[in-house]
Amino acid sequence: MYGKGILKGLKVTWVRFWDTYLEDISWILRGKKRYYTEEGVKHRASKDQKGIFTVQFPEERLILPEEARYIPFLVYNEKPDGEKEVLCTSCGICAKVCPPQCIWIVRSNDPTTGRPIPEPTEFYIDADICMNCGFCAEYCPFDAIKMDHDFEIASYERNVYNMEKLLKPSSYYQSIRPQNFAREEEARKAKEAAKAAKAAGANAAGAEAMPAA
Amino acid sequence: MTAPASTSTLDLVARFPNIVSPDARPGFSGFIVEKDSLIEVATAIRDEFGFDLLTAVTGVDYFPENKMEVVYHAYRTTGGPGLVFKVQVLRVDPVEVPSLIDLWPGVDLQEREAWDLMGIKFTGHPDLRRILMWEGFEGHPMRKDWKEGFYEEDTKPFKSRWPDGQFYMAEDKNPFKDNLTFPQNFDPEKWIPEGDALLYGALARYTVKQEDGFSTDRIVINMGPHHPSTHGVFRAVMTLDGETIVGLKPVLGYLHRNHDKIGERNTYLLNMPFTDRLDYFNSMTNNFGYAITVEKLMNIPVAERAEYIRIIVSEMTRVQNHLIFIGTLLNDLGAMYTPSLYAFEERELILDIFEAISGARMMCNYFRFGGVVRDIPDDVMQKIKGLVHERLPAKTDEMERFLSENEILVSRMKGVKMIDAEDAIRYSITGPVLRAAGVPYDIRRADPYGIYDRFDFDVAVRHNGDLMDNYLIRIDEIRQSLRILEQAIKQIPQGPINSQKPVYQVRVPAGEAYGRIESPKGELAFYVVSNGKPNPWRYHVRPASFVNLTALEKISIGNKIADFVAILAMFDIVMGECDR
Repeated sequence: MYGKGILKGLKVTWVRFWDTYLEDISWILRGKKRYYTEEGVKHRASKDQKGIFTVQFPEERLILPEEARYIPFLVYNEKPDGEKEVLCTSCGICAKVCPPQCIWIVRSNDPTTGRPIPEPTEFYIDADICMNCGFCAEYCPFDAIKMDHDFEIASYERNVYNMEKLLKPSSYYQSIRPQNFAREEEARKAKEAAKAAKAAGANAAGAEAMPAA
Repeated sequence: MTAPASTSTLDLVARFPNIVSPDARPGFSGFIVEKDSLIEVATAIRDEFGFDLLTAVTGVDYFPENKMEVVYHAYRTTGGPGLVFKVQVLRVDPVEVPSLIDLWPGVDLQEREAWDLMGIKFTGHPDLRRILMWEGFEGHPMRKDWKEGFYEEDTKPFKSRWPDGQFYMAEDKNPFKDNLTFPQNFDPEKWIPEGDALLYGALARYTVKQEDGFSTDRIVINMGPHHPSTHGVFRAVMTLDGETIVGLKPVLGYLHRNHDKIGERNTYLLNMPFTDRLDYFNSMTNNFGYAITVEKLMNIPVAERAEYIRIIVSEMTRVQNHLIFIGTLLNDLGAMYTPSLYAFEERELILDIFEAISGARMMCNYFRFGGVVRDIPDDVMQKIKGLVHERLPAKTDEMERFLSENEILVSRMKGVKMIDAEDAIRYSITGPVLRAAGVPYDIRRADPYGIYDRFDFDVAVRHNGDLMDNYLIRIDEIRQSLRILEQAIKQIPQGPINSQKPVYQVRVPAGEAYGRIESPKGELAFYVVSNGKPNPWRYHVRPASFVNLTALEKISIGNKIADFVAILAMFDIVMGECDR
């Protein structure tokens, strides 16, 4: 029969149309809110989703996974006296590994000796050139540069970020990437413990070696 | 892993003594053919040795040796490794190489590209115009002595960034705030675009015929570059006789950014995120292609778990690409938005997974040499299982119920011929279009890369070569991809995800490598030449969309202009990959 295929197809749209309402009703009957709740948004992004799958941005937002990446930022530790301890040592690896070369670093030099000191004087990221690849965060040996979750950066100007704009506290980093933060903290502690043990061992060995000499 | 056929398996040298010699440079393979005998040797390669599918034509500029080289990669459609043959000519203008267009019409656009970017003149090519650059452009940008507008240094990383990175904007350094260099004495007011005259001239070869005393006019129509059905900025100039297309020339290059040149400035690792931007629907497979090419050069193994992860992500990429294909095809045919939104819905779920493992939905940058960047966590693995075992098979069935029997769709697509098997091979078509024409050629099976040889799947093939088959083969391929995914999810072992240490500066020994994968659109290949330095000497992408478009002219002629939209949709082109 001509038209059977069309009817078969239309049945799909028909079912899909009603799915939204049936799903709404089932959520109401279960006493749950399907819209404007985290649970609802999560459900709409799962394999069990039926009917409407749109998210009412900006009132509703998709839940970003931890690994989501956008423009990089620099991490600092807050000291008890309120001072910022910038983790960056201006080693330049992020600038070298940046594919569009959007990272600009001015390394600090000791004014008396002229030797480089491990902290940046200036740090620029041209966010309009940044391609959000995440290499800088991936290859930073000091966990000093990380990728942000904040994607709403549209502006009328060129987005050139300096140190002031880039620095964010490690507590913020912990809040957006708890698992990564915990993993890195653990690795750092293990490293420090190993270092301390080595130092202690070396001291002990030295103490033993002394009398023999 | 693919490897070009070794010298011992083929007696090309014995067949053509004095004309053909094996390429003896360390790290290189294949044969060097004398320029004057190229056509003779190529004919033998095609007809005697059976390498009927010429996939890539690549120009290489060996500037220090004052040589230019054209590299041809030919394969057998029955499967197996390929044959590489090369022509070397002195780097003195005009650099001339005989065109192979009579043997393989599929080299048409690729030879034009080599002419445009490298300045290699293919004698005998009937329509050797610029293709990616604009007609008034001076020079050939892929030559090693050509420098771009914002040129800073030959290779990255640039020294101005560290340790004294005083920030400036590149456009401030350029007096015209523009990224163009003009020929000397160039006046844009007086410039007449010769290219257009040539273009319309190329179309004018179709003669006006007189019938029954009536003179009929042919109309030239520009479709695109801003046309919703051209999938971006693609332009087709057509000559019409009534509604029938009698002549067609594709015009490309509106999205050209010289990816190859950027790739040669970059170090090996830095190219990885750039490959994401080629075919922006399938960044995972682009990464895959580039990763296996450089791995071949570096001769390193891939971690076992990473091999499986690679298969999982690239097959999911294929599923979402084919869903999008169906959606956009229906958009092009006039079924606005409902099918494409149904397709996007499933794609969103797949992109959610990509975002969770790689950090980005589209620009994944997920592969590294020797493995992948991040493991798939258990909760994401559960999500993948849910999709592969429950949701996607059901939704594929639903898609088929929704569309495949629809009489309007069927009567629109059935019997509109795309291309037959023989022509498809001659025109270097790869991917679903080739398989829909009846050639069961799938690189995953014919020349397996990664660990595809471990999986049980069928090469989807259809035999009519019409539009309907081109649509149905995508659904077949989704089902086969799901089969592979099921096996991969079941077999994936635990273990490390990268065989190498995470270093940002990889050591790549000198040599050449041609890595090819079956991307959802066809053969995606990278040709990389290393000279041992941190940057590739030559980095060339052989995109599926671009080469497949060669046959567009052949297919469209004789069809109605309304069908042209459907024909173009069947190629599933993405201009990011096409124009590079």
